[in-house]
Amino acid sequence: MSDRLSVLKTYKLYVGGKFPRSESGRVYEVTDCKGTWLANAPLASRKDARDAVVAARKAFGGWSGATAYNRGQILYRIAEMLEGRREQFIAEVADAEGLSKAKATAQVDAAIDRWVWYAGWSDKVAQITGGANPVAGPYFNLSSPEPTGVVAVLAPQDSSFLGLVSVIAPAVVTGNTVVVVTSEKSPLPALSLAEVLATSDLPGGVVNILSGRTAEIAAPLAAHQDVNALDLAGADAGLAKELETAAADNLKRVLRPEPADWSADPGTGRLLSFLETKTVWHPMGV
Amino acid sequence: MPNTVPAYGKEAAGRLASMADVTADDGALRRFLHGLPGVDAVGLQARAATLGTRSIKTTAKAYAIDLAISMIDLTTLEGADTPGKVRALCAKGVHPDPTDRTVPKVAAICVYPDMVATAKEALSGSGIHVASVATAFPAGRAALPVKLADTRDAVAAGADEIDMVIDRGAFLCGRYMEVFEEIKAVKEACARPDGSAAHLKVIFETGELETYDNVRRVSWLAMLAGADFIKTSTGKVAVNATPPVTLLMLEAVRDFHAATGVQVGVKPAGGIRTTKDAVKYLVMVNETLGEPWLTADWFRFGASSLLNDLLMQRQKLSTGRYSGPDYVTVD
Repeated sequence: MSDRLSVLKTYKLYVGGKFPRSESGRVYEVTDCKGTWLANAPLASRKDARDAVVAARKAFGGWSGATAYNRGQILYRIAEMLEGRREQFIAEVADAEGLSKAKATAQVDAAIDRWVWYAGWSDKVAQITGGANPVAGPYFNLSSPEPTGVVAVLAPQDSSFLGLVSVIAPAVVTGNTVVVVTSEKSPLPALSLAEVLATSDLPGGVVNILSGRTAEIAAPLAAHQDVNALDLAGADAGLAKELETAAADNLKRVLRPEPADWSADPGTGRLLSFLETKTVWHPMGV
Repeated sequence: MPNTVPAYGKEAAGRLASMADVTADDGALRRFLHGLPGVDAVGLQARAATLGTRSIKTTAKAYAIDLAISMIDLTTLEGADTPGKVRALCAKGVHPDPTDRTVPKVAAICVYPDMVATAKEALSGSGIHVASVATAFPAGRAALPVKLADTRDAVAAGADEIDMVIDRGAFLCGRYMEVFEEIKAVKEACARPDGSAAHLKVIFETGELETYDNVRRVSWLAMLAGADFIKTSTGKVAVNATPPVTLLMLEAVRDFHAATGVQVGVKPAGGIRTTKDAVKYLVMVNETLGEPWLTADWFRFGASSLLNDLLMQRQKLSTGRYSGPDYVTVD
């Protein structure tokens, strides 16, 4: 038997590139599927949500203004860092979702591949959503996609890592900044992902991660006047309706929850959900 | 305790005369200032930190926000100031939130002397004061006649309040009498031909004074010389208003009031950006000086971005939703 003291990990929130505890000082117990205690996770309050939105807004200018190539490089770097910590994530996903090691490995590998896949989209998305429009007049008419802004994302409840990656990556690759509310029951893989993001050249505030009661954190985010879009992937039908009503006040773009198979080909649906089209009419020379 | 008279009133001069022995000559003034008790730095910081932990919520918070808005000296002191920008700021001062007319107006608009006439015209009839910085702001490095001409210009252009900077160089080398005489001279230059006078705020630039003891000394020095308000900073150096320095100045005002009965105002300036900070200062004022000072006549915030944060918090309280920078003006 080892005589080392056990070194337990303190899971914390990820806001503005830093790892704060919840402003409220609260934590909640996270257990595996059999009810065995795994760790304490921070129980974020509405003020943490507010701080996260401020951080996301502050990061938006720099991130959306970075070149698509640069964003792609950074997302690829995240995949590289994940690869190095693969074992840790496999263990966390297996605990969180009650999977065998083989199945958890498949989930983590799929998640890393998904980062790589979305990273490649950064400088290609403009080609499929924008372009030159034929118009009846002496103009060049060009449409190009622009990021929507600050996106509040409710991560899927059942898929703690692959599902999480599948909702974060498509939003940030196009230049949005996000505030993510993790799976309520199994937040640990998401909170560990924050450690990867913090060491991957991703500017602080581009991704902010909050754990806690989904309904409690989502309500102020949905009503927040400085949030531009809402991804309801992790909300049940009742909560989704409530949040969509609150989001209508400043005409947030809302992505409704749909049953999803996260291991299937994701397609471009999520990628294109948080884009606005800018069209420029440019007079042709004489 | 002698009964209270305002620092800008006629009787204040008589009260100051009762302290004439300590300002009679350089030696007496030095002995007096150096005889002031030393500041317990750790105690001061702990006291300021404790007062910052009060939780002010709901109706009390709503009251504090409106009070803070009404105490703001909305400031623009940039080389790039244009008449248009000053007029826009004045319009914002009159109606800080155009969508909600229940928001109080600010206390004053603070500009450079050459913009006073523009601001005065834009604010006519609104009851908002025009404050002008003067005396070679922000460095204060000019000859006395230049500083006095600067002040007279601003007063002639219609400034209601003058924010002067002290000569920190003279103060730090111990030429207290020189600083004292300079403040007195500027106070005289604030007089208008009709016998009234612009109110005088004296800026210490506490970030350059190095020690708490110096802040206490300069506070007494300025109040003895007739300052109507004492102000922490110009907002142009690295360290601006901090809670401990402001608390120390509030305590100096309290002690001066206890000794002479003269009521002097306090204005922290620079670095106060959030509602939370502003409320901390209001708590300090209430705990140190009490209610008589909790009005725009005796306490001011020198700020520009603070107003937007107060407005966003006000919108949050009235609608229940967090507001964002899209819903306040870009200054």
